Amino acid sequence: MDTITTAPTLNYLNSAHGLASWLLTRDHKRIALLYLVSVTAFFAIGGFFAMMIRLELVTPAADFVQPDTYNKLFTMHGVIMVFFFLIPSIPAVLGNFMLPIMVGAKDLAFPRINLLSWYIYVLGGLFTLTAAVTGGVDTGWTFYAPYSTASSNSHVIMAGVGVFITGFSSILTGLNFIVTVHRMRAPGLTWFRLPLFVWSHYATSLIMILGTPVIAITVLLVAVERGLHLGIFDPALGGDPILFQHLFWFYSHPAVYIMILPAMGVTSEIVQAFARKNIFGYAFVAFSSLAIAIIGFLVWGHHLFVSGQSTYAGLIFSILSFLVAIPSAVKVFNWTATIYKGAVSWDSPMLYAFGFVGLFTIGGLTGLFLASMGLDVHVHDTYFIIAHFHYVMVGGAIMGYLGGLHYWWPKITGRMYPEGWAKFAALTVFVGFNLTFFPQFIVGYLGMPRRYAMYAPEFQVYNVMSSAGASILAVGYVIPLIYFIWSLKYAPLAGKDPWGAKGLEWEIPSPPPTENFAVTPIVTERTHQYAPSREVGIA
Amino acid sequence: MFENLPLFPEQASEQAAQVDALFFFLVAVSAFFAILIAMMVAVFAVKFHRRRQDEVGDAIHGSIPLELFWTFIPLGITMVMFVWGAWLFFHLTRAPKGAMEVYVVGKQWMWKVEHMDGQREINELHVPVGRPVKLIMGSEDVIHSFFIPAFRVKADVIPGRYNTMWFTANAPGRYHIFCTQYCGTKHAAMIGWVTAMEPAGYQAWRSGGGATGGPVENGAKLFQDLACNTCHKEDGSGRGPVLKGLFGKEVQLSSGQTITVDEAYVRESILNPQAKVAAGFQPIMPTFQGLVSEEQVLQLIAYVKSLSGEGSAAPGTSATQAPSPAGGAQPPAPPAKKSGMN
Repeated sequence: MDTITTAPTLNYLNSAHGLASWLLTRDHKRIALLYLVSVTAFFAIGGFFAMMIRLELVTPAADFVQPDTYNKLFTMHGVIMVFFFLIPSIPAVLGNFMLPIMVGAKDLAFPRINLLSWYIYVLGGLFTLTAAVTGGVDTGWTFYAPYSTASSNSHVIMAGVGVFITGFSSILTGLNFIVTVHRMRAPGLTWFRLPLFVWSHYATSLIMILGTPVIAITVLLVAVERGLHLGIFDPALGGDPILFQHLFWFYSHPAVYIMILPAMGVTSEIVQAFARKNIFGYAFVAFSSLAIAIIGFLVWGHHLFVSGQSTYAGLIFSILSFLVAIPSAVKVFNWTATIYKGAVSWDSPMLYAFGFVGLFTIGGLTGLFLASMGLDVHVHDTYFIIAHFHYVMVGGAIMGYLGGLHYWWPKITGRMYPEGWAKFAALTVFVGFNLTFFPQFIVGYLGMPRRYAMYAPEFQVYNVMSSAGASILAVGYVIPLIYFIWSLKYAPLAGKDPWGAKGLEWEIPSPPPTENFAVTPIVTERTHQYAPSREVGIA
Repeated sequence: MFENLPLFPEQASEQAAQVDALFFFLVAVSAFFAILIAMMVAVFAVKFHRRRQDEVGDAIHGSIPLELFWTFIPLGITMVMFVWGAWLFFHLTRAPKGAMEVYVVGKQWMWKVEHMDGQREINELHVPVGRPVKLIMGSEDVIHSFFIPAFRVKADVIPGRYNTMWFTANAPGRYHIFCTQYCGTKHAAMIGWVTAMEPAGYQAWRSGGGATGGPVENGAKLFQDLACNTCHKEDGSGRGPVLKGLFGKEVQLSSGQTITVDEAYVRESILNPQAKVAAGFQPIMPTFQGLVSEEQVLQLIAYVKSLSGEGSAAPGTSATQAPSPAGGAQPPAPPAKKSGMN
């Protein structure tokens, strides 16, 4: 195999050279790599803030940083991780790269708009980073009024403008995906033959298009009230602070599903590829994505159970929050059933998928505690919540992202990565993650509030555990960064289908040519059909 | 070593055990499903481990009965959680009649507490065990949240409106108060202590001095000082509505709507009188926005409530109110000055 040197044919990486060929590209694959570099940079910045937070919380006193600094650290951690890493990560990197290929298209429907959305994302990021380096923001990523509009002395408007701008990038990506899925599917690729990754991105795009304008309006209103003293949220000006919370969570709860649905799509692909078995209950997995997207829009009020919101409104939000858990449970059961009687390999992407299923299950189940009104009263705004959403966002979304990155890395770069190191990193992430966040469930139920620079001494043991876990987790994230970069030059070539997986992306060369397909493919069955179907008897 | 690793907070209120019961139910269900799924994944991953390079899995497409099974079983279980949680929430948020009322004002970054008999505290709250205590809470600036982990109760404290919470402490001791809604630089320092005391000890503390007249008395004094009584006359000859017996009643507004006179309406009528004018009266009342502090608004509300016999106080306190039934036989009132009522 060593006789294969570099790929002799033209591909999207070597077809053009120079900075301009990247910055002006309209190729969805190159744009995906632009996103890959930028979201990785933001992940590193957000991770740095997280490490500062964990260092401060090793001791109960505010001794490593002052409370004001601490407040800015957790705010910048949240803003950057949510808006500049988690939301774009899987859709804008893996979705951008894979979705057109998976539907058999040469590119997304609007290649220029795709590039525009990256520039918008970078512009928004620059605003937020400027806010960070010129003094920071201290409102929490939730920007709650009237603190954000009347009380905070930090760069709220600057950071808000960053979030506002970046939202358009999200909207444009969603728009591009939806049009592409509707209009550009290859002949024979019916809706019910679409890969589940595409279904989950379709559902995600719906949320991006319908939800993101509301957060844009909300942060704009904060800026207007802060800058022009127009009374919208601040009761001293005749406004209503609870209105802010309704508007904010109307987007920001569905935003959680923007983060997790793509990771579910990745997991569906990995489980099928590495169990060499088609998904169990295709239609149920596909429609559960849509169910999550739709019901997910109707649960935001569970963030307001202790705000004095009407009890009867609370009842509705509570029961809907329980209902949105059901499609997630259905997915978990179907993934588990897919492994049954599979031919299961334990390659690193599958380890991430196993990790995803385990951690997302815990994240989802602890969500039930918060949907339950009487119990939410106690755990609301404590570390129990912090633990819950990190199990969903880090244990779920980031595990899915890393799993997908490992699964498709050979396709994206044409090269493998060192599998031994990858397994070791996956294990390190899993152990580090649990050590970081499981103790937070306990310290949260004990009553430790979130966003505390100082805390009662009896909470210290659990915080030390968390901080120790965070350093292990950091190592687990740095290892893949190193071997991925190393692999670009030194790793063995992958060939077009190193996993023996089935799907349109595995039928074209690695890395793919610029136009993806030399001849438009004709699709006759679903992806991941490994064994002859019993019922129909055709291969 | 395990005293350093507490798993559950202490239970110091009657509500705590009820919340914990639901918590344990959810922990049990969650542990069952998490372990079940982890075991299944692990067993399948090992049992069906790929042995040959070209091995593939069976073509199994699904099973409708199984899908229905694992849709409706979780649905049923979550509906139990929903009903239990909703029932508990109603219980946690509906204070019983006759609860002892305490006013709490949050501001950056402290908790100011005013008892009905005039005792004031900062970042401390003394309560007797065995008696329902209802906190009526407002904020002077941004949103705060009042949380007593040992009692399992919490409510946001929001500027411009009043939220309430209640509890019945059942174990003497000192317990944390935390602000749980991020409120700025010293959010983490906006903490305090609840001291739950045996009734005898509580009485001793209560009569320990420092009382400067309860909110009802202070409100009555303000009512005169601000000349409210020139329009809101008791005999109905004034230009404003008679306030006696008004609190808790439904009134007709000039807009034709009706509204129940509660804390929020009284507050609004003081600060923004033109917003909801009672039917039959001219919109001539001036605003008191900026003239009265958040605490003074609370005192005026307490006074208006006392005119309707509302607002159960600590035993035998206010000048305008008969001792509440629950406290009728309690020891003498603190050395509060009697304010001159007209």
